[in-house]
Amino acid sequence: MTVKTKFPYDKDYVTSFSNKKDEPEWMKSLRLQAFDQAHDLNMPEPDKTNIRRWNFTNFELGAEGSTISSLEELPNELQDFIDQDNVPSNIHIQQNGTVAFSTLSKDLQEKGVIFTDIFTAMKDHSDLVEKYFMKEAVAVDEHRLTALHAAYLNGGVFVYVPEGVKVEEPIQSIFWQENESSALFNHVLIVADKDSELTFVENYISHNTEQENVSNIIAEVFAHDDANVSYGSVDNFAAGTTSYINRRGVADERATIDWALGQMNDGNTVSENVTHLVGQFSVSHARTVTAGRGKQTQNFTAITHHHGKDSDGQILQRGVLKENTTSIFNAIGKIEHGATRANAEQESRVLMLSKDARGDANPILLIDEDDVTAGHAASVGRVDEFQMYYLQSRGIPKQEAERLIILGFLEPVVDELPIPSIQKQLRTLIERKIY
Amino acid sequence: MSETTLEIKDLHVKIEDNEILKGVNLTIKSGEFHAVMGPNGTGKSTLASAVMGHPSYEITQGSILLNGEDVLEMEVDERARAGLFLAMQYPSEISGVTTSDFLRSSINARRDEDDGIPLMQFIKTMDNALDELDIDQNMAQRYLNEGFSGGEKKRNEILQLKMLQPEIAILDEIDSGLDIDALKVVSDSINNVREETGLGCLIITHYQRLLNYITPDFVHVMMQGRIVKSGGADLAQKLEAEGYEWIKEELGIEDETVGQKA
Repeated sequence: MTVKTKFPYDKDYVTSFSNKKDEPEWMKSLRLQAFDQAHDLNMPEPDKTNIRRWNFTNFELGAEGSTISSLEELPNELQDFIDQDNVPSNIHIQQNGTVAFSTLSKDLQEKGVIFTDIFTAMKDHSDLVEKYFMKEAVAVDEHRLTALHAAYLNGGVFVYVPEGVKVEEPIQSIFWQENESSALFNHVLIVADKDSELTFVENYISHNTEQENVSNIIAEVFAHDDANVSYGSVDNFAAGTTSYINRRGVADERATIDWALGQMNDGNTVSENVTHLVGQFSVSHARTVTAGRGKQTQNFTAITHHHGKDSDGQILQRGVLKENTTSIFNAIGKIEHGATRANAEQESRVLMLSKDARGDANPILLIDEDDVTAGHAASVGRVDEFQMYYLQSRGIPKQEAERLIILGFLEPVVDELPIPSIQKQLRTLIERKIY
Repeated sequence: MSETTLEIKDLHVKIEDNEILKGVNLTIKSGEFHAVMGPNGTGKSTLASAVMGHPSYEITQGSILLNGEDVLEMEVDERARAGLFLAMQYPSEISGVTTSDFLRSSINARRDEDDGIPLMQFIKTMDNALDELDIDQNMAQRYLNEGFSGGEKKRNEILQLKMLQPEIAILDEIDSGLDIDALKVVSDSINNVREETGLGCLIITHYQRLLNYITPDFVHVMMQGRIVKSGGADLAQKLEAEGYEWIKEELGIEDETVGQKA
């Protein structure tokens, strides 16, 4: 028998929130159905991490932010996320539940590119959003957290790139959960139509080191035939936030979805990154990097799911763990029957900086097809004393030598982030977490 | 450059439970080039590693002094900043750290925190050194030693020697893995440093070949973890012509190796 769980906000709240946002009927009914389903669905069960005692229910909703008229008005803590040498012309900044700032170049607007907050998108592009929202990539009823996501959804963006359009300059979203107790249920929906190109970068920021809070994040990326999507992220939720983060992609024929994820949360985190390689010759490079500190527990699962022939999926996970942190890295290559000549490779490497940290790297291959290639590598180790000796033998002090080795260890992922200022930001965050 | 003296006195070193060095005495001064020769397994590389402070070696007896300062009390990086340098036989590969960033960190480690080497000056110095050693400019942006050929690693060691300008350098089998052309290039570069800076040097090698290009002032033969014979450059030539047997006979040594279990 399922115990009826009480969620902090009831069905009336969901209805009135949907009304307030003037949502289309399909979205309102999706929310309400999801709310009912959430009661009966189980929590997700990430492999090797027990999340039963994690806080997913103690949070508030409803905080708003304020709008600004130019990027110069942003507080200093956010200025670091903006490329100061090359001020972005396609940027969306969300403060709590409010669109603080949003701009899209005239050129892209004229080419039919859509880049707007998720609520405006549901109104202005209702059919388009409905077609993709929580259907093929992430289903509402997968588990309790996906259902709650749909029910409480309170932020996010929608990006659409029309057929043949190449977006040269990156599109960036900053999700600033500035209110310490108000939770974020954020949804990024990206549709790259045939033969289009897009680089998308997102930042998540919060400051609640003590105050408990929740983030429930879903990203869905669709790359149609010959489309090419590069997706970068720097997550930086504070220690008080428990995060559920699910980023999924669906790649059609000859489409590429590349992920470069800097997962720098300070709180407990379950992160899933799945790419469905549906079309023939579809490709994905799923790279993730993390630095764990304090007592946080994290679980990172990356999956390339091969359905298409000649699909190529590569997973690269790197983690540095200090203090009492625990991190599990699951890298899964799953090849379906019929996906002939698919290639699935996984590499997970963990560097331990303290004897109390726990790390586990699990590369897994699930193959239901004979004619494939696959490979995996995993290691959990400490800073190599011979590398230290070598650097120190050139006069580099011990701490600096260690810093170089650790940053170097993470560099293969950091280097893949699409915007230099975001790379720099990630390096700074890594250093802040490690020292 | 001021006069520098490295004194190694009665040095005993063990690795795990094997004593490899059994009382080495050697003094190297600025401007002096010493060659330590000897067959495999006689303790030559152990001497090099022990002076630099390799983590696998334990000093059980004796002392190493640099201008009277106790080297054994110093951390590895302090030894380097005090003026010691070791061109390693097997340098580590360090992923994610470019050769250029590494060199800059090494140079800046010798300078005050707020007085790092200006970028343009660094690039110019490095480019000149790369040219002199006939190294592809791309190497500066490659990760340190990662995927380098044996020869590239050796050139990279000498590149560092050239840029860091130590007082006393130890070259541990820098000639192995180098073809004759590369050997000439590397030797020329070392000879330039010798002339320009008054470097003191300890060259460890199996072969006389390297010493055709870099003329030593002193040659020492190592067997059984000790220096058993010393002489001038002519000693190296005699070893090249006659091998090591005559020394073994002269000294009544049957097995010249040390620390190896039968």
